[in-house]
Amino acid sequence: MKSAQVTMDTGAHAAALAVKSARVDVVPGYPITPQTSIMEAIAAMVENDELHARFIPVEGEHSSMAAAVSASAAGARVFTATSANGLLYMHEVLHMASGGRLPVVMCNVNRGIFAPWTLWADHQDSMAQRDTGWIQYHCSSNQEVFNTILQAYRVAEQINIPVMVNFDGFAISHCLMPLTLPPQEDIDRFLPPYEPEWRLDPNHPSSFSNVTNAAEYAPFRQMLSEDILAAIPLVKQAAQEYKDITGMWDGDTIDTYRLEDAEVVAIAINSMAAELRLSIDILREQGIKAGLLRPRLFLPFPAEDIISALPQNAQVMVLDRNYNFGHPGGILASELKSMLFGRRNDITVKNRVMGIGGIDLTRRFMAAEIRAMMDE
Amino acid sequence: MTTSIKKLPDTEQVLSGNGACGGCPATMALRIVGKALGSNAIMLLTPSCSVASMGMTPKLAYNWPCINITFATAGSSASGITHALEIMKEKGRLQGELPTVFSWVGDGGTYDIGFQALSAAAERNDNMIFFCYNNEAYSNTGVQRSGATPRGSFTTTTPTGKRQPKKNMALLMLEHNIPYVATATVAYPGDLYDKVVKAKNIPGMKYIEILAPCYLGWQFDMPETVQMSRMAVRNGAWLLWEAENGKIDFNNPSSQIISGKKKAEPVNEYVMKQGRFNRLLKGSDAEQRIAEIQGDIDHQIAFMRERAKITI
Repeated sequence: MKSAQVTMDTGAHAAALAVKSARVDVVPGYPITPQTSIMEAIAAMVENDELHARFIPVEGEHSSMAAAVSASAAGARVFTATSANGLLYMHEVLHMASGGRLPVVMCNVNRGIFAPWTLWADHQDSMAQRDTGWIQYHCSSNQEVFNTILQAYRVAEQINIPVMVNFDGFAISHCLMPLTLPPQEDIDRFLPPYEPEWRLDPNHPSSFSNVTNAAEYAPFRQMLSEDILAAIPLVKQAAQEYKDITGMWDGDTIDTYRLEDAEVVAIAINSMAAELRLSIDILREQGIKAGLLRPRLFLPFPAEDIISALPQNAQVMVLDRNYNFGHPGGILASELKSMLFGRRNDITVKNRVMGIGGIDLTRRFMAAEIRAMMDE
Repeated sequence: MTTSIKKLPDTEQVLSGNGACGGCPATMALRIVGKALGSNAIMLLTPSCSVASMGMTPKLAYNWPCINITFATAGSSASGITHALEIMKEKGRLQGELPTVFSWVGDGGTYDIGFQALSAAAERNDNMIFFCYNNEAYSNTGVQRSGATPRGSFTTTTPTGKRQPKKNMALLMLEHNIPYVATATVAYPGDLYDKVVKAKNIPGMKYIEILAPCYLGWQFDMPETVQMSRMAVRNGAWLLWEAENGKIDFNNPSSQIISGKKKAEPVNEYVMKQGRFNRLLKGSDAEQRIAEIQGDIDHQIAFMRERAKITI
């Protein structure tokens, strides 16, 4: 049996390697910083015959998602990637993928959105797609990007819902970290070939996203809403089976650190959550019983898992890298509060927005922020 | 020799009982296209008359798998399907002859909102046939102006008649260096049939534009669809041509107009017959505005005559 290969690689390249390992068929792509490196890597793999797939160099992200949706409807396993305004430009077609129940998997490399112009990370882009009916994962390491893309295909194809795998621009996409690549036969065991229940097939003419009346439209939407919630056990199962086969674990719907006896719980997603582990250590050294809860899954929001993981009477500090315009603070805090309401009245929630447009979030800075929030 | 209408196959891909208006030129054209394509095809549509009339979910009046895709993306969506089919065949997951992938899109989805994705699919020379059924307005939403609406035409967004000429979309597609471009219209079904058969057997990007006189938008009597289509060709408002690998050939009767063997009929009767134009006659500047319509047609005939001479 072949053993795993250990290398040093960027998050963007880890994503491309996962696409190769998933034996993806069609990849439409369009450049946008900081995602571009993923597309460049995949285009090279296709041209060098390392990946037997079609790369379609489309003229924009709207077309990128349209080609992905249509290739998926034709029965192919598809992938694409984008960032920031590219994701916003796709918005209409994101609904087409989820409403059409097509298991497209996409990476969004998080970046602040225009205007004004920024190249650096925050989470406004993916959070703004909250209501598109996509499952959203958020990753905090290069290895997790690789692992999550494979888990995303498992979940998407089981439930026919598209999945967005998010990770931060530059901090993850462009930084080298150790990366373990499991043997291909292990990945093939985890992720079997895609066999669609339905595809565009001249032997079985049928319409896709044709006109409906309300009596048909409403059940389609209700099924989508219910099935997104039903993804939670599948996400857990995928994480567990991936661990059983590869030995690697990033958490399932959530990931925790020093949480069990915590009195102060920091909640954050993506790369800042990796740095937050170090902040937790600082706070512990200062005598504060701090812990971390990182939602790996943002949509569906893993409410029950968070409710059962939070220690009694915890002070929760939500660190948002986005704004919830029209409300004070960020979107993650808002989701959390609405979920806790009436369920865990012992919990207090405080919230700060930070790291917008790539402002550096160091362990000391975040530890100090949490201390300051405790005094509020 | 153009195939006679009597020699077209009996097989139908447009099934009886669809929701199109009586005298609908798009449905008439699709019926002929279906005879040429056969059943081994995948159809892409964008929200338009041909979707609104194909039957409510789950019923379907077309004998193909049909995907109704976002308005702007007929070109890129067809690329997604054609690449998916080809790679699945390469990997052994599909057997036999691959289906023809074709888009069936109105002038709005071609000239306007769909232009970018179409242009890019053409530049990539992806394997598909892109049909534009051109009724010279957004008929499905109640007749608004598009880039295909001719000068002088009334629509609900050009309430005093459009002031700009239409663009020459088929020629723009030719300038993408694609292997096949053709124009057609419903009054010449054999010509349309032959062009589709030809396109079906050419790999890469093919563009076929079909003038589709819409009685609702053009405001003529429902039974006169074919007559209006024929008049448009005879007066040169619509030129029948095809281009294989960039060389333009005009088809009868447009070829006779271009060569000068036959004079194009004056546009007056065409204008008088259509409510969308004949409202111009009520204005004090009627003569000048009809002269503008005639001028646009004369210019296009002269321009295409010269353009066809470029064969390098």
